Amino acid sequence: MSQERSQLNRLDGGLINRDEPLNFSFNGQMYQGYTGDTLASALLANGQRFIGRSFKYHRPRGIFSAGSEEPNALVELGKGAHQEPNTRATVTELFDGLTATSQNHRGPLKFDVMAANDFLSPFLSAGFYYKTFMWPKAFWEKLYEPIIRKSAGLGSLSGQDDPDLYDKGFLHCDLLVIGAGPAGLWSALKAGRSGARVVIADEDFLPGGRLNAESHTINDTRGAEWAVQIAAELRSLPNVRLMTRATVYGAYDHGVYGALERKTDHLPSADGKPRQVLWRIYTKRALLTAGSTERSIAFGNNDRPGVMLAGAVRTYVNRYAVAPGKSVAVFTNNHDGWRTAHDLSAQGVNVSAVIDTRSIAAPMNLPGAAIVMGGEVSNTSGRSGLTGITLSSGQTIKADCLAVSGGWNPNVHLTCHQRGRPTWNNEISAFVPGENLPKGMSVAGAANGALSLSEVFASADTTVNQLLNELQLSADSAPTPTTSDDLVNIQPFWHVKNTKDRCWVDLQNDVTTKDIDQSRREGFHAVEHLKRYTTMGMATDQGKTSNVLGLAIMAEFAEQSIPQTGTTIFRPPFTPVAISAMAGRSRGKDFRPTRHTPSHQWAEEQGAVFVEVGAWLRAQWFPQPGETHWRESVDREVTATRESVGVCDVTTLGKIDIQGADAGEFLDRVYANTFGTLAVGKVRYGLMLREDGIVMDDGTTARMGEHHYVMTTTTANAVGVFRHLEFCRQCLWPDLDVHLISATEQWAQYAVAGPNSRKLLENIVDPEFDISNDAFPFMACANITVCGGIAARLFRISFSGEMAYEIAVPTRYGDSMIRALMQAGEPYNVVPYGTEALGVMRVEKGHAAGNELVGTTTALNLGLGRMVSKKKDCIGNVLSEREGLNTDDAIRLVGFKPVNTADSLVAGSHFVSGGRDATTENDEGWMSSVVYSPSMGHSIGIGFLTKGHERLGETLSAVNPLRNERIEVEVVSAHFVDPDGERLRG
Amino acid sequence: MIIEHPLLGPRDAAEFVYLGDASLIHRPSKDDTNAAVAFLEYQYLRDNPAGLHRELWYHEQGDRSWLVVTRNTVTHEITDVQLAKDVARSEGRSR
Amino acid sequence: MRYSAFQILKEGLTGNKGWKKIWREPEPKTEYDIIIVGGGGHGLATAHYLAKEHGITNVAVLEKGWLGSGNIGRNTTIIRSNYLLPGNEPFYELSLKLWEGLEQDFNYNAMVSQRGILNLAHSDAQRDAYTRRGNAMHMAGADAQLLDANGVKKLCPFLNFDNARFPIKGGLWQPRGGTVRHDAVAWGYAHGADSRGVDIIQNCEVTGFQMNNGQCEGVHTSKGSIKAKKVAVCVAGSSSRVMEQAGLRLPIESHVLQAFVSEGLKPVIPGVVTFGAGHFYVSQSDKGGLVFGGDIDGYNSYAQRGNLPVVEDVCEGGVALMPMIGRARLLRTWGGVMDMSMDGSPFIDKTSIPGLYFNGGWCYGGFKATPASGWCYAHLLATDNPHPTASQMRLDRFITGRMMDEKGMGAQPNLH
Repeated sequence: MSQERSQLNRLDGGLINRDEPLNFSFNGQMYQGYTGDTLASALLANGQRFIGRSFKYHRPRGIFSAGSEEPNALVELGKGAHQEPNTRATVTELFDGLTATSQNHRGPLKFDVMAANDFLSPFLSAGFYYKTFMWPKAFWEKLYEPIIRKSAGLGSLSGQDDPDLYDKGFLHCDLLVIGAGPAGLWSALKAGRSGARVVIADEDFLPGGRLNAESHTINDTRGAEWAVQIAAELRSLPNVRLMTRATVYGAYDHGVYGALERKTDHLPSADGKPRQVLWRIYTKRALLTAGSTERSIAFGNNDRPGVMLAGAVRTYVNRYAVAPGKSVAVFTNNHDGWRTAHDLSAQGVNVSAVIDTRSIAAPMNLPGAAIVMGGEVSNTSGRSGLTGITLSSGQTIKADCLAVSGGWNPNVHLTCHQRGRPTWNNEISAFVPGENLPKGMSVAGAANGALSLSEVFASADTTVNQLLNELQLSADSAPTPTTSDDLVNIQPFWHVKNTKDRCWVDLQNDVTTKDIDQSRREGFHAVEHLKRYTTMGMATDQGKTSNVLGLAIMAEFAEQSIPQTGTTIFRPPFTPVAISAMAGRSRGKDFRPTRHTPSHQWAEEQGAVFVEVGAWLRAQWFPQPGETHWRESVDREVTATRESVGVCDVTTLGKIDIQGADAGEFLDRVYANTFGTLAVGKVRYGLMLREDGIVMDDGTTARMGEHHYVMTTTTANAVGVFRHLEFCRQCLWPDLDVHLISATEQWAQYAVAGPNSRKLLENIVDPEFDISNDAFPFMACANITVCGGIAARLFRISFSGEMAYEIAVPTRYGDSMIRALMQAGEPYNVVPYGTEALGVMRVEKGHAAGNELVGTTTALNLGLGRMVSKKKDCIGNVLSEREGLNTDDAIRLVGFKPVNTADSLVAGSHFVSGGRDATTENDEGWMSSVVYSPSMGHSIGIGFLTKGHERLGETLSAVNPLRNERIEVEVVSAHFVDPDGERLRG
Repeated sequence: MIIEHPLLGPRDAAEFVYLGDASLIHRPSKDDTNAAVAFLEYQYLRDNPAGLHRELWYHEQGDRSWLVVTRNTVTHEITDVQLAKDVARSEGRSR
Repeated sequence: MRYSAFQILKEGLTGNKGWKKIWREPEPKTEYDIIIVGGGGHGLATAHYLAKEHGITNVAVLEKGWLGSGNIGRNTTIIRSNYLLPGNEPFYELSLKLWEGLEQDFNYNAMVSQRGILNLAHSDAQRDAYTRRGNAMHMAGADAQLLDANGVKKLCPFLNFDNARFPIKGGLWQPRGGTVRHDAVAWGYAHGADSRGVDIIQNCEVTGFQMNNGQCEGVHTSKGSIKAKKVAVCVAGSSSRVMEQAGLRLPIESHVLQAFVSEGLKPVIPGVVTFGAGHFYVSQSDKGGLVFGGDIDGYNSYAQRGNLPVVEDVCEGGVALMPMIGRARLLRTWGGVMDMSMDGSPFIDKTSIPGLYFNGGWCYGGFKATPASGWCYAHLLATDNPHPTASQMRLDRFITGRMMDEKGMGAQPNLH
């Protein structure tokens, strides 16, 4: 880089560290700035005014503000996967090696071909796109829209995964102070000294707010110095947390606030640390001391690079020691512009003119500057940056920077987040916080409309005293700081009417006063209509500098007052928040927790393929050497289980321990079938309905003792069933003597299935327990011990249709248990089987599972209608009797096999009979589950068919229009294997 | 939102699962005259006020208590929280 | 006035001074044939079709705030007809067909953009369910394609295929799905209805119904009493509040649904993508913002705003599914009040009170339904018979047990 180019506009002083020069690049050109700079101040120091292009007309855009309200100076920051679009140069802290590029142009920034839009602007007025592009019909999507889409948007994403780390944190405090300007610092100090737990957060990297930008004195110290002293004391207090680079972005219910802290954005590298932390802050009270934001005045071509807010000009001069221009003009409707002129002069920057819309005596002398009281700027010149201004009188004045002050808007944003509405204050010509603030929130300082520094301190002091009183703390009696004062003395002036040129209101979205006028004339005069029709305030700055201006101009056009015209509210977030920050660490594999079954490690050792089942990972199948297709593994597992014995981890099924004198009565009420009569040591299949009569879940419940039952639920419904049972217990029948505990994770449970299952278990179960068929028949259960005294539960139940058991041991023995079972089964060539084989065997047996229990099927549909007791009062049985759920043509669960056994059935096919067309009218049901049955040697399915139970033997079509398929199927019993259930009783 | 749990103090609403109108406590009986109508109204017609609403929340990530929370549906302000079991008993539910 | 490219050219050359009001701003008459309560998308569409299809123009639409201020102005703009049940799918397909001809119909460009909608499947069961649904769509004359993981990758190579907690196994793709510029739908229907003589009256709140012998004969409003032969309520999230004034209770709860938009970005997302293993769906607007959403907050609310846990949950889903959007910034969040019905499906029906009609219970699916809802409501109001595609959207379906529960969640509105 060439030193000559460097920092031509740098002044003396400022809050930058000249000992730490930093190199950075913009559009490939290298520049130098200092620690303490923002990208914007460093660019201005280097004389760079032209930063980007506007949204619609692609007009040149420069730096407009010095804060987070910036509508113009947006850049793409960083390279590759780190590229960050739409980044405000005005709040981007400079670091060594920063790279930024301009955005929203085709070709070089200076020669954007899209700038042609500007010449077409008469035809691109508010809402033009709603009125055309309609003919011919097909052209909108084929031609017009793709062009519009391509031109729209601002910066671009890299398309690569966000490589950074984000964290979330939680804070609790008595008082959250939002904004560390004079009001915030003073309030936090008083609260901190009183012993309150205080969090004070500011979006800037330097506490102090406007004090850093102004030439105020406090207690005879320079304001910025005072801020340093207060911040130091705050940092020394153990009960105070002063957070910089932390934006409180939203106010939520019950005193919860969201804040984003930027941890490493200002460093060359994150170095493994989180880039940003999203804080959720729980507060007893919150004090909004977020200051105020300056607004502009609309006049002809007021959008050129070099036209800036007057307060921002002071920020650059005083804080960053940068002259935003060599010859600066000021256009103001209040005293604020004069302060800018004063500070510029004090720093030796030439002030060429002050144009004040007020017809009053000039508030100060400015030798060398043209002073025009009661004047208006009607136009500006300069293609890619300001070169001069023209007054309504026709006078022209040379200027490469125009500082504009249209007054200050209190930052009421967070007061609106719970739909509070600000109210108009005539004295300062601005909206101030309304009555209906979020509960627990107070507002002080400029955010509450106190625009002079002495008012700010007075307001902060009163408010924080009141808050400490509410928190029952006694306030420190330190005297309120004495300050230099600054009157605003505004006379509202919104836009220059006497101009033919376009006057910008929303600089980013290119909304001009003409658009507002046209919007009104077309009937869009409600504020929300105005915003939506013209897109005013919808840009990345959310209208921080444009909304009030636009509203006021609408009021003038409509010849009514601003309160009559409406108000404008703000939604969270205060400034945009990276989506990654909102997501935190919940991404990739950590998107949601993963639950492992007790045999997980063992299954991994076996090379199992796993599948996600809700939050669980379950073994899907266990491939053996030489198996190349999953079907080979699954067929083998099924066949080996049906021929000898297989073991499957079924821990994921919900297990609910139910105890109490009324446990049986309770079960009778929550199950559709009867349980009170179940003998101790027996298991029964249970069908559970929702109150609306639809099947909720099914499973088995075992009676382990007189007052002790163990219920199982499906994996998917384990949580929901438990919640439902607790509802029944606590809300419906609070005096039943019954208690529930979810024991899903406390017991490791394995299915041992197949003709050799008993023989295998005999090697595991301690010899004092007789598990012979006579002693332990189908549907028996018992508390036993295994492997020499380890407590276990044994259930003789079967999902596979084979002679089968489920054995449960405390989870800490789960891993040992699977190993013991496999070892004990070696003589019988035991196989582990996964969820696929489990599914195949259950379809072969016609058991309903997740695909059938879809929340719309009744017991009748499942062929279990007779299980629903008509005698007792149980959840769901009354509403299950509704006529529409019991029609003659109701769907029934039946089996299907392909007429041509070489055909593969498809789950999700619909049934159509008589060769009819596949239409909604002809739809007779659907195939819910399909498997290849190694036992049958062909594809089989179960599904729901109108009157299915009466249609066994009928042939119809399973249609799959998605694949243009139609397969002839025969309706059969859903019990494909062992329909009489001999095996499971064996 | 924060729910003041009667046993556990203030807890984030994210720990809870919402069910709805607390009238769900008043399940009719199959033996009621006109039970079919009573169940239909119980199941499908609930209060949906813009204002104070008594509603059931379940502390799923906590102690598994069902709570009756009185909350304003316009402001989200919570004015009362009780154990649903106590409410149910006080409103005549027993066994 | 008629809108056209010619008009834009003419106005552009004459300083855009000649644009007329898009709708009149009449004072209410004392009596109408039909009063529509609610100037949202559905109410305005109903008025448009009453006038255009049935020739009934002595109609007023009463809106308590500004026109289009309800859910038509605060949704995520998606249109689709990927429903499952026979009581729903033909209706939504009718709606999609109406969307396809909408702009020429009401002479306003609402930017109907059929860039497709992709519902991702992350398990075999989900794929089976999408097969069933996709087939049901075909059988109702809609379009659908079942994609495997490779098919998804071709459409959306930027999704998380390598490191996902819930791997993408495939998806259901409806090419005719897409997005529409939502506000313009309200304005277009208002323009269409107004130009045929319908009175659209803003800032006119209905405060009660005029009842006579059990019959509804009009409404009381903040602008006075207005008589009508038929009163058609169409107020979405305010359904319970309004119908309570007629003494009717509804199988509806009001819930808040939040929606989100990012800063403007150059195009990155082709159509609409929905995550099947988390609460997240997204599209990109013509202006470049990522428009996304997730699940309702889950508690009854009229507050039009939600809370942080859901914001974070939705963003977690977003970054899990498409990690490349992580550095895009969330610009604005807002909430709408959803009329969540007890089975997740809507109502277009007469009520038990003669002269009073009801349209509501749209849950968060109301936007895509706007044209068909208006079409079918207009049909009901004009003929007193339900439109064939809406014949199951009845208020008595819970009594008969003929619920339309697409998600199988039962009578729990916050789960639909």
